[in-house]
Amino acid sequence: MEPIRIAARLQEKFPDSILGIIEHRGQVTTSVARTLIVEMIQFLKTEHQMNHLNCLCGVDNLHRTAHFVERFEVIYQLYSMENRTLLRLKAPVPETDPAIDSICGLWTGANWLERETYDLFGIVFNNHPNLKRILTPDDWQGHPLRKDYALKGDQEWSGFEQLKEKAAQLKQFEF
Amino acid sequence: MGEITNNLVQIEEGIKFIPGASAFVAPLNKLINWGRAGSIWPATFGLACCAIEMMVAGASTNDLDRFGIIFRASPRQADCLILAGTITKKMAPIVRRIYDQMPEPRYVIAMGSCACTGGLFDTYAVVQGADEFLPVDVYIPGCPPRPEALLEGIMKLQEKIMQEQGRWSQFA
Repeated sequence: MEPIRIAARLQEKFPDSILGIIEHRGQVTTSVARTLIVEMIQFLKTEHQMNHLNCLCGVDNLHRTAHFVERFEVIYQLYSMENRTLLRLKAPVPETDPAIDSICGLWTGANWLERETYDLFGIVFNNHPNLKRILTPDDWQGHPLRKDYALKGDQEWSGFEQLKEKAAQLKQFEF
Repeated sequence: MGEITNNLVQIEEGIKFIPGASAFVAPLNKLINWGRAGSIWPATFGLACCAIEMMVAGASTNDLDRFGIIFRASPRQADCLILAGTITKKMAPIVRRIYDQMPEPRYVIAMGSCACTGGLFDTYAVVQGADEFLPVDVYIPGCPPRPEALLEGIMKLQEKIMQEQGRWSQFA
């Protein structure tokens, strides 16, 4: 089935949750509300053989002037191995409450992708089994891929400060 | 004595070999430095893409073994740490720990522009030069340096080792 028709089916099933369907150069993007995201992906996975989670990532629209709803978006790239169709779901997430339901129950592999999105964008995934930072150290402050995060960071990481202090102490003994 | 002196074979400036006796005659400084410079054992430790060039330098075409350089899989058997690649702040404490586990005498080579200065990653996550937390002996520029550049850096380290005085004992 064509991806645009799968998107239409999704709209039939969840008429209130679809914010828009865009087709651009053969790629279909469906903008969806975040409330029923797990149910929608469950529907696509079981009814339309979208059995592969290609990618899960976040977007920060802070400096965008058009074509966005909320500050953050969570993007799901779903792919059907059987039908070789790709469908993109885009769920806007507001800045005031950056949270969305986890899809770890559908794909175990979503675990680390959601942790990465949480780590770098600060989007919380509800019902995630282990929502900890994955790339930056555990005691890191801030979410580096947010557009308002300074390139050099707001402050030095405390672990690196401790390391420099330790190196300076050991230097007295020519270590 | 005179007879032996006549038979001494000079194998390097100041270092003489007594044929048949399996013995060397040299100032201790020079002998130990000579031995050390000829057996630099780096820890097998790569951080990023520079490690690929380091592996090439160790493979047959360039063959670090002919300098007596054998990569050791444990920092406790190593006396040189080649920082091959970008050092992230999260990785820096581990790099320091590997250095701390190495026995004296130990040397550090910063390989590539990332390890020297942070390179093009002037960001929140990358250490701006390994010398922020480690005593670096040799800096090798390049992104990444060619194996020949690494060889040049190792030869510079050998020159540095040969010029050391009394590092063989803390009582000297």
